[in-house]
Amino acid sequence: MELPFLTIREVSESIKKKEISPVEITQAILERIGEVDGKLNSYITVLADQAIQFAKEAEKLISSGTYIGPLHGVPIGLKDIFCMKGVRTTCGSKILENFISPYDATVTRKLKDAGAVIVGKNNMDEFAMGSSTENSYFGPTRNPWDLERVPGGSSGGSAAAVSASLCFGSIGTDTGGSIRQPATLCGLVGLKPTYGRVSRFGMIAFASSLDQGGPLTKTVEDTALMLNIIAGNDSRDSTSVNSPVPDYTSCLNDGIKGVKVGVPREYFIKGIDTEVEEAVKRAIALVEDLGGVVEEISLPHTKHAVSAYYLLAPSEASSNLARYDGVKYGFRVYDAENLRDMYFKTRAEGFGREVKRRIMIGTYALSSGYYDAYYLKAQRVRTLIKKDFEDAFKKVDVIMTPTSPEPAFKIGEKTDDPLKMYLSDIFTIPCNLAGLPGISIPCGFTSTGLPIGLQILGKPFDEETLLRVAHNYEIHTNWKEKRPPI
Amino acid sequence: MEYEAVIGLEVHAQLLTESKIFCSCSTKFGANPNSQVCPICLGMPGVLPVLNERALEYAIRAALATQCEILAKSRFARKNYFYPDLPKGYQISQYEEPLSTNGSLEVESNGLKKKIRIRRIHLEEDAGKLIHEHSQNLSHLDLNRTGVPLIEIVSEPDIASSEEAVSYLKKLRSILIYIGVCDGNMEEGSLRCDANVSLRPKGSQELGTKTEIKNVNSFKFVQKALEYEIRRQLSLLESGGKIVQETRLFDSTKGITFPMRSKEEAHDYRYFPDPDLLPVVADSKWVEDIRSSLPELPGARHKRFIEEYKIPAYDSEVLTASKEVADYFEDCLKYYDKPKTVSNWIMTEVLRELKGEGEGIKTFQITPEKLSELLKLIDDGTINGKIAKDVFNEMVSTNKRAGEVVAEKGVMQISDLSEIEEVISRIIERNPDEVSRYRAGQEKLIGFFVGEVMKATRGKANPKLVNEILKNKLSES
Repeated sequence: MELPFLTIREVSESIKKKEISPVEITQAILERIGEVDGKLNSYITVLADQAIQFAKEAEKLISSGTYIGPLHGVPIGLKDIFCMKGVRTTCGSKILENFISPYDATVTRKLKDAGAVIVGKNNMDEFAMGSSTENSYFGPTRNPWDLERVPGGSSGGSAAAVSASLCFGSIGTDTGGSIRQPATLCGLVGLKPTYGRVSRFGMIAFASSLDQGGPLTKTVEDTALMLNIIAGNDSRDSTSVNSPVPDYTSCLNDGIKGVKVGVPREYFIKGIDTEVEEAVKRAIALVEDLGGVVEEISLPHTKHAVSAYYLLAPSEASSNLARYDGVKYGFRVYDAENLRDMYFKTRAEGFGREVKRRIMIGTYALSSGYYDAYYLKAQRVRTLIKKDFEDAFKKVDVIMTPTSPEPAFKIGEKTDDPLKMYLSDIFTIPCNLAGLPGISIPCGFTSTGLPIGLQILGKPFDEETLLRVAHNYEIHTNWKEKRPPI
Repeated sequence: MEYEAVIGLEVHAQLLTESKIFCSCSTKFGANPNSQVCPICLGMPGVLPVLNERALEYAIRAALATQCEILAKSRFARKNYFYPDLPKGYQISQYEEPLSTNGSLEVESNGLKKKIRIRRIHLEEDAGKLIHEHSQNLSHLDLNRTGVPLIEIVSEPDIASSEEAVSYLKKLRSILIYIGVCDGNMEEGSLRCDANVSLRPKGSQELGTKTEIKNVNSFKFVQKALEYEIRRQLSLLESGGKIVQETRLFDSTKGITFPMRSKEEAHDYRYFPDPDLLPVVADSKWVEDIRSSLPELPGARHKRFIEEYKIPAYDSEVLTASKEVADYFEDCLKYYDKPKTVSNWIMTEVLRELKGEGEGIKTFQITPEKLSELLKLIDDGTINGKIAKDVFNEMVSTNKRAGEVVAEKGVMQISDLSEIEEVISRIIERNPDEVSRYRAGQEKLIGFFVGEVMKATRGKANPKLVNEILKNKLSES
């Protein structure tokens, strides 16, 4: 059974030519989920009946001659952070275990309108807080390349599902690296678009000024196809930006001769895994061979990014998560003595450890007397980091770095040491703070067969250049040919 | 030691927009509980606010009408606290960067004019409503009001007495209604007031410890609550006690203020800029457009009426208290140019018919044009003033024009000399006693004769002519 292993481009060509029917391909995916996901736990909810129903409708439309576009009839996954009408949307948390969303997120609606078949809701770290998908109330997701290891996080369910061919692509979210880091650890392409490129409406908020949705797929072209659908201004999201949406596939095959590539010295630090460092350097060398002009640059405030991030993101989160109070929806503790007691018990039982840790950090950072020293100071650091990138992008077109300092680590390895876990995102966080687009693409394997990723950062709203450089690199390598053993 | 009161008011006014501040739900008052809600105002996971431009425009109108400066850039901030009527766990308000600052309002206090400074006016969203059913130990939650746009108008502590506070509030309310941004309905909670009160030795510049009285919802209660609180603080200070900074509530049945449970007020709101909303940029051209669209405000109009129409200050006050009444008055003057006559008719007949302060005058069936027709009939002698009031009532009940009513009822004034003379002769003949008493010097009896003539003509005789002819005939002998 080879169908699930196709790319979006391949499967959509076949659907368009009516060689495969949406129902047939959806069934194949559902079967594979049934066979494999017991080992991975990449889905919180599988929407078998709905997906088949949707696929039938797609099939009817296509056979009547109405072909919507490249996602029509293609089974995909959706991180369980995107609201979907009539479907439970948990955000990986007990507190939303039984929350049935009354509405569609803009991303969900756009995918439905494009005819994509949503086969299920992918597992994730609770409220997207984590780098390993071990913080899910629904249990950890495992890495298809090595079941003893984590898939990365927080979009680990999406990454594992795409990597193991349990869907052709999935939409994740990235607040500090939550698309790019799991893409790397699972050998995929993962794009965090520019802040404001993809609507956040209906995407459950973790840190509103940093969150951004984006695709995880097997190839750069697939990512471009998905971005074509989900990008664009949304009147329901004030922070979405009204900038034209090009066809992101149209210039993938243009060359990259003369593209200026900056390599920041602050990203090649002590402690980075040597195999990762070597693979990334080889990738940069190949880009140079393909016509890229590589120069070393400096992003001097990089070392403060993680600290600033771990004040700003929890601050926003502490406020964003206040609504989960047991009053209107979701989980509630009933054996409470009074209102305060109900709040305390509901939140104490409904949230996991990491979420509570971050709510406490954020509450502290925003408290009167500490606000200036923590929240405001972190905002100033954020401005400096943004400025670093602005200066750099006066000289170069893209910036290349490792995505993660190390390949997939063992399940349980870092759960007792949050600081160590936080450092997993050391190379991805600055991009979120600056609101820039960033992509991670496979650039090799360790000697033990674990995927390694190359991160490419670009100018605001210049996803086209990112995708073009990534695609040029990808077609001159064969990393995507390798499949996980599962 | 003599003390003086220092009062600052925080007024929350609901804006008259059709839809809520961050979603498109209706703001209509009185709908079934929880029927005007959507995922956004319910604070469902994943939703985002989008600012209602009309709410911003109304807030700017209010700020301009109270002489505030509009800040080129302001920001929304989150005020974080837990309460069941607040679905998101935070209220979207403005904190460090409000929409407008530095305004003022001129009020009259003990016959003197006084300027009360306004510190700021900012935009925010309203919370829902909790309805407690104490007998059942139940609380009900109605979220229809959640997200209704409010402006908060914060005065400087420039108010020195409860009377001054009330006249500030009345003035503010009248302006907000005038410019069409708030209906001013205190019973329905469209206008709510919190008062900060402290005392200090008379003449001192330092502020004493203040208490805050929350949610006082009528002018009368504001006055009573402040009077009570000033008395309470005074007796405490005079007996050597200390004021505790606290939030108090007003019990309108007992007429006292009492402290709110301190647990509920010990908040650190952890304000921070709301990352879901962009900074509010008030384009200066737009602000100027709004400024030029503002109607003449009650104070200016009041002055102009006195000067331009030479009507008494009292009349002007009554007429300009409501924009619609003032408009009606000026519309009448387009057809009929005796301001005092029009003013009299509006203050008596028209306002009596409309019951109250003139709500509904815009749609009143006796339009300015129709009223003017009636007044002209008096002037040209067709009817007299007394009959005119009956004609007015007939116009109200039948919706006919003055001329029609006069023709149908045959109440046209009798100005025919011979006809009046004939009636008078008859009456003189029939009342010889009164005639001789009049001639003997009891001139007051003229009223009796006029009354008899009017009775005989069913009120239609021209009173001026009746008087003249009577006097002539009675002095003949």
